Amino acid sequence: MSYSPELSSVLESLQASNGDLLRVISSGREHVGTLMPHHDFSDPDVLVLKLKSGYNIGIKVSVDDDVSVLERAARREPPRREKPAVEGRKRVAIIGTGGTIASYADYRTGAVHPALSAEDLAASVPEMADLAYLDPKVLFSIFSENMEPRHWQELAVAVSKELNDGAEAVIIPHGTDTMGYTAAALSFMLGEIPRPVILVGSQRSSDRPSSDAYSNLMAALRFALEQDVAEVCVLMHSGPSDDEFAVHFGTRVRKMHSSRRDAFRSMNVPPLAQMKDCEVEFNAPCRRKSDVKVTPSIELQKDVLLLQYYPGMHASQFSNLIVSARGVVMSGTGLGHVNRDMVGLISRAVYGGTEVVMTTQCLSGATNLGVYDTGRDLINAGVITVMDMLPETAYVKLMWAMANSDDVRRTMTTPLQNEMGERREMHV
Amino acid sequence: MSEHELTCGIEIHQQLDTTKLFCSCRSGLVESDEGTFLRRLRPTASEMGEMDRAALLESQKGMTFRYQAPQGVSCLVDADEEPPHVADEEATDTVLTFATMMDARIVDEIHFMRKLVIDGSNTAGFQRSALIAMDGRLEMNGKTVGIQSICLEEDAARKVDAGDGEITYRLDRLGIPLIEIATGPDMHSPEDVKEVALRIGTLLRATKRVKRGIGSIREDLNISIPQGARIEIKGVQELRLLPLYVENEVKRQRMLLRVRSMLQERGALPVATEPVDVTESLKGSGSKVIRSALKSGGRAFAVRLPGFAGVLNGEDGALRLGAELAGRARTRGVKGIFHSDELPGHGITEDEVSSLRQSLSLEDGDAFAICAADEDKAVAALRMAAERANEALQGVPEETRDPLPDGGTRYSRPLPGAARMYPETDVPPVTVTQERLRLIRDNLPELPDETIRRLVVEYGVNEQQASQIVRGGNDAAFERIARTLELPAAAATVFANTFPEIEREGLDVNAVPDDDVLRLFQMLSEGRFAKEALPSLLREMASGKAAEDAVSSLGLSSLNEDEAEAIVRKLVQERADFVKEKGMAAAGPLMGPLMAEMRGKVDGKAASELLQKAIKELLT
Repeated sequence: MSYSPELSSVLESLQASNGDLLRVISSGREHVGTLMPHHDFSDPDVLVLKLKSGYNIGIKVSVDDDVSVLERAARREPPRREKPAVEGRKRVAIIGTGGTIASYADYRTGAVHPALSAEDLAASVPEMADLAYLDPKVLFSIFSENMEPRHWQELAVAVSKELNDGAEAVIIPHGTDTMGYTAAALSFMLGEIPRPVILVGSQRSSDRPSSDAYSNLMAALRFALEQDVAEVCVLMHSGPSDDEFAVHFGTRVRKMHSSRRDAFRSMNVPPLAQMKDCEVEFNAPCRRKSDVKVTPSIELQKDVLLLQYYPGMHASQFSNLIVSARGVVMSGTGLGHVNRDMVGLISRAVYGGTEVVMTTQCLSGATNLGVYDTGRDLINAGVITVMDMLPETAYVKLMWAMANSDDVRRTMTTPLQNEMGERREMHV
Repeated sequence: MSEHELTCGIEIHQQLDTTKLFCSCRSGLVESDEGTFLRRLRPTASEMGEMDRAALLESQKGMTFRYQAPQGVSCLVDADEEPPHVADEEATDTVLTFATMMDARIVDEIHFMRKLVIDGSNTAGFQRSALIAMDGRLEMNGKTVGIQSICLEEDAARKVDAGDGEITYRLDRLGIPLIEIATGPDMHSPEDVKEVALRIGTLLRATKRVKRGIGSIREDLNISIPQGARIEIKGVQELRLLPLYVENEVKRQRMLLRVRSMLQERGALPVATEPVDVTESLKGSGSKVIRSALKSGGRAFAVRLPGFAGVLNGEDGALRLGAELAGRARTRGVKGIFHSDELPGHGITEDEVSSLRQSLSLEDGDAFAICAADEDKAVAALRMAAERANEALQGVPEETRDPLPDGGTRYSRPLPGAARMYPETDVPPVTVTQERLRLIRDNLPELPDETIRRLVVEYGVNEQQASQIVRGGNDAAFERIARTLELPAAAATVFANTFPEIEREGLDVNAVPDDDVLRLFQMLSEGRFAKEALPSLLREMASGKAAEDAVSSLGLSSLNEDEAEAIVRKLVQERADFVKEKGMAAAGPLMGPLMAEMRGKVDGKAASELLQKAIKELLT
């Protein structure tokens, strides 16, 4: 909510802006404080003042109350910073997508500013700047829920350019909500890469002392510099502690918790590696660093749907959608099932040229359409099964396969980037 | 400005008896060290450029924090793994109620802030706090004490262990709502301070929404004297010690002012803060401290304190600047320092002192301080001590001090600057509606004085007892027992006399839940034990036993009338000669040994009747 028209006009006539020192006499009591931004959930008649004690309070102001500006906000020039040292240090490209890598709180106004330039970064995370020459670029400034396939494409181009220009690693701070999708998309689009591409997120924002942003970034940088790995991966906390991290293959990782630091999990495989402070333990073989040039294939067939089956899903509701789409990934129940009604619809869609891929909403475990009648019917209907591939990864891969392969079924069923496997270990 | 000998303000932190402030965890302390994890905190830069590299490196070298997350009393919110929920309404209402009682100006909209605290006591690295009301007042004995601010905030995690580079906290206490009340600097005697604290405590308890027992209320004192400085004594838990802390602080400041004028008369100049290596002079020292420090590779250092002889420890302990120097030095991780006013001594000989004085080129009237430890630590510690010595030339330095159980205090840290606060964007602001305030005004709790009058009238207890019961915050429990069990006299004695007695013994009897006390009285009314046993039973319960267990552990529930009679008969038989000689008059002298055997198991009056009966039997 914004200010009421009355309060807006009071502030306008005073030309009062955030940061100004105001005196408000309301209900006979005087309040002096710095005008703060109006909170989205604040009452429209409330002014938020920061008192000398540092506390913010909301004061209801009516038209008859006396409001005056005692002092205008001082303009502050951002401090001049030194260029960080470059010589003798490997260049690590940091491509910003919208999350704040590091930030500063302005205790006067309460605003939080991101640190965007190399100079700001070197000043705010000096321990990282000591290890490498951090070369930041801001590609987008969007929340990760607003990411679209075209952003993956742009990102893949930017990453390729950095790698081909000799960057020792590319680190991508990314909002956590859709980080798994982006990681999968980059995995398929970039193909073979000479150096690591690491996506890093934080579950606690960087404006708080307990943020996991810095420890995740620092771990990513160390992993990229010290380990012989050239994969697209996601690095996040592996538990609630600040000294334990997991490095996941970009195609196997999923956000499994809405708020915990260790929300990201590798599904159906152990993570590529675990880090405990500086100790790294690998769980799987991976590509080594090389001098290969990246030739990204960024084309995507964007007319693909990702649908979760649920009891009560009626073919009539989805028939137009599914038949007219070029590709559909279904997240079925159990081993990969949908009801009889939907089997019929899928059969029609495949007949009409739609590629239909079946995955499981269990997330853990593989689909198997040979066990029950429904499964066998789905096979006969022509669905493609993709072992234990995650629904989200299958969605991304189908878009990519349809734009880059003449044989979509074959591409979908062949592991390319660790996205699927035949074996699942019995972890007891 | 003020002509008072002493000026003092208090800040009271009282835990509220609701769920936690930003989650629905039960708020209670537990003995459990389950579920630990490890965190580091990083100071967020304030504005661009304000975080210097050195400070950051310090914090990185610095502490790791281990947290114990016991189930039931901590959750993802406390572990900083989930955003805070909206502030608890009951806690907010309690603060609004108290603000109304203080006639304070309540804000129209409550905004929670993040107050930066990076000592690990808050998993987030900040404490959430909101200013709810300002400018209230408390009328007391014709005087007015200003209530500057009333805040609602979350309690910090409990420190359970501190080791080298790592501090362990338990999350049970984190997030318990606290009401924070800051008075104006309106108190001018140690007794005033206690009275005001007691009065505020009683008014808080009148809301019936505050926690009881040791640690549930903590007071910070702000004390200054003319020409002295503002000293904050943080976290006093025992109310009865308040006047002692104030008195001792006044003494300490006066002592420091005397030291200042003595140093000025002597023309003492600021000392050089750079320590010099004196390991050679102490190589063969018999001092345990020095020997063990040197043995483990440390060195001995000294700072010269020209003109400081006699003020470090002089006039039979009346001058104690040395203790101040040592307190400051200890913040750098050393066990302590030695200063020349206490030497020779501590295993350091006259010869060693002479050699030290010589190598430091000291003259009469000059002092020195030494420290033996790991080189970096010893140097840092002595620099701190020397800086503190220089502050003595100015008088009293502003600082925060920790209270000690004996009524003294110890240096803790410099006074914090203005708190670094920024908005807690995860918690939405709360508009305080007129309707909510009206409901609160219409349902204000009974004031303590009214409760006292009512207890006197309704239950026939005397006024002094009633006042004790109310001051102790036990009026609700008293009324339940008095009304449901019709035991007003026994209950009054227990709450007005027994409780304070047990408390003085250092047992936290106020932490015993009211329901448990009620259960105890129920068993009393069922004749399971005699009222003489109440004090010992309550002592057991204050140490953590449930009422039933306390009764059976004292063996009080087993004695029926037959058993009692048997004991009495046996006693009378044993002393048959005496009884025959004295006749019925033997009853008096025999009551002593009888009650010693049966105390608590049988009511005194019943025992006396049994005794009379047994004597009669023997005589006939």
